[in-house]
Amino acid sequence: MGFENFGTVSFTTEAKTEEFITYLEQGKVMTTRCKKCGTAYFPPKMDCPSCLNSDVEWFEIADTGKLVTYTIVHYGPSGFEDESPYTLAIADFDGLRVFGRISKDVDENDIIPGMAVKVVPVKSGGEKIAYEFQKI
Amino acid sequence: MDDVAIIGVGQSVFARKCGVNIRELCFDAFKEAMEDLDIENKDIDASITCSAPEYDKQRTPSGLISEYLELTPKPAFYVETVCSSSTTGLRVAWSLIKSGLHKVVAIIGFQKMSELTSREAAERMGRGADILWESPFGITMPGGYALFARAHMATYGTTEEQLARIRVKNASYGAKNPKATYRKELTLQDVMESAPITSPLKLYDACANADGSSCIILASADVAKSVCKTPIWVAGMGAATDTMTMSGRKSITGLACAQDAARQAYEMAGVTPRDIDVAEVHDCFTISELLAYEDLGFAEPGKGVRLIEEKQTYADGSIPVNVDGGLLSKGHPIGATGGSQVRTIVRQLRGESSEAQVKDAEIGLVHNIGGVGQYGNVIILRR
Repeated sequence: MGFENFGTVSFTTEAKTEEFITYLEQGKVMTTRCKKCGTAYFPPKMDCPSCLNSDVEWFEIADTGKLVTYTIVHYGPSGFEDESPYTLAIADFDGLRVFGRISKDVDENDIIPGMAVKVVPVKSGGEKIAYEFQKI
Repeated sequence: MDDVAIIGVGQSVFARKCGVNIRELCFDAFKEAMEDLDIENKDIDASITCSAPEYDKQRTPSGLISEYLELTPKPAFYVETVCSSSTTGLRVAWSLIKSGLHKVVAIIGFQKMSELTSREAAERMGRGADILWESPFGITMPGGYALFARAHMATYGTTEEQLARIRVKNASYGAKNPKATYRKELTLQDVMESAPITSPLKLYDACANADGSSCIILASADVAKSVCKTPIWVAGMGAATDTMTMSGRKSITGLACAQDAARQAYEMAGVTPRDIDVAEVHDCFTISELLAYEDLGFAEPGKGVRLIEEKQTYADGSIPVNVDGGLLSKGHPIGATGGSQVRTIVRQLRGESSEAQVKDAEIGLVHNIGGVGQYGNVIILRR
């Protein structure tokens, strides 16, 4: 399975990182690290251009992160118009930054940069799969 | 280094809907740039067309524009870095002239955004992010800048009202610019009460999509001195990139690509931020202008708000910024924007500004950003 059901609108399907989706289905948000130089990536990469190496390993993103910043989008592009308002955010997990949405379960007034979050897989509308930030 | 000069600048009227074809739109800018110059079309050795693809159906527009402007059979090609395309075109043209390959090069920027609805345009811009990892979440161009705005507020205590003051300034100059899309003044209350777009940014914190074109004619020193009354010299240039992904950004309170580009441009020109008499910065949103104050070294990180609160970036302040209305009032026809910014600075340095002439301006700066800080170009011009 590729990225055809990733997020609200998937724009491309094939990528060597498709295991990311398999892990999401299993309830885990994983990313990669170059086995040679140890550089960790998010989003995951199957190639390390600095080492010209494609020997990478998957690992699970840290349990606890910190919200860096967010926005509440009131005007969504084509394909997203029915979802607004929705959030976009960046959270930091041990120096690894992840982009995504904050769970709709978090009240808008409770969102504060710096708050502790975890990143968890989330399914919506049948086959769609993504991940979201939940308040800890 | 004073051996490549801008000899001509032009732009079309920027408008929500131009009602003409892209070739005709480009003619308006070309005409203004070539007027008063003692050269003919056949003296242009190459043309570089700059725009962001997918707003109109025309593929490989450089061929079309080159035919319409009667620049064939000279070489023509396309350069793209989204919103900073035409200053990237300027950088390429500079190197073509500096290398000795050409003497005169035309940089033509354009965008006809009115062929799409606002939501369709937002979707195209959303695909200017990483379509595998970030676009599926519904990222937008305003959304990306809003992430910077919220982080700037959380880190430095910047307020929405301080951002609104930037729009009030730019609207006051846009009202005087006959080529601007939005020619009305705005009060602080107008901006503060405008509808939310993507928090903390509101409608009047954002520039409008627009149709428009721009043209810059660049020439070698010998040509420039013989065909043009007041050549404006390219004194310094810087260009840099940052990650496509928002998650890849190390800084979320400033644009690293703009900081890098500025450093290069100041060094090449042998000047410091204090030497700049007038600047055009990429204010696609109010936060973008505030980030530019700090990224360009006009203010320390976190202190940019003082410049707007003390009105130092008005035409009679210590560092006038966007005194033509900026993108916020002129509108932002993506591929044309950088060329329009260059046109404003050239007219300032020639003492020909029609909106607000900065007295005795000798050194000017252009800051043009592609995407949410994916591409940064800084250019320093000198009379």
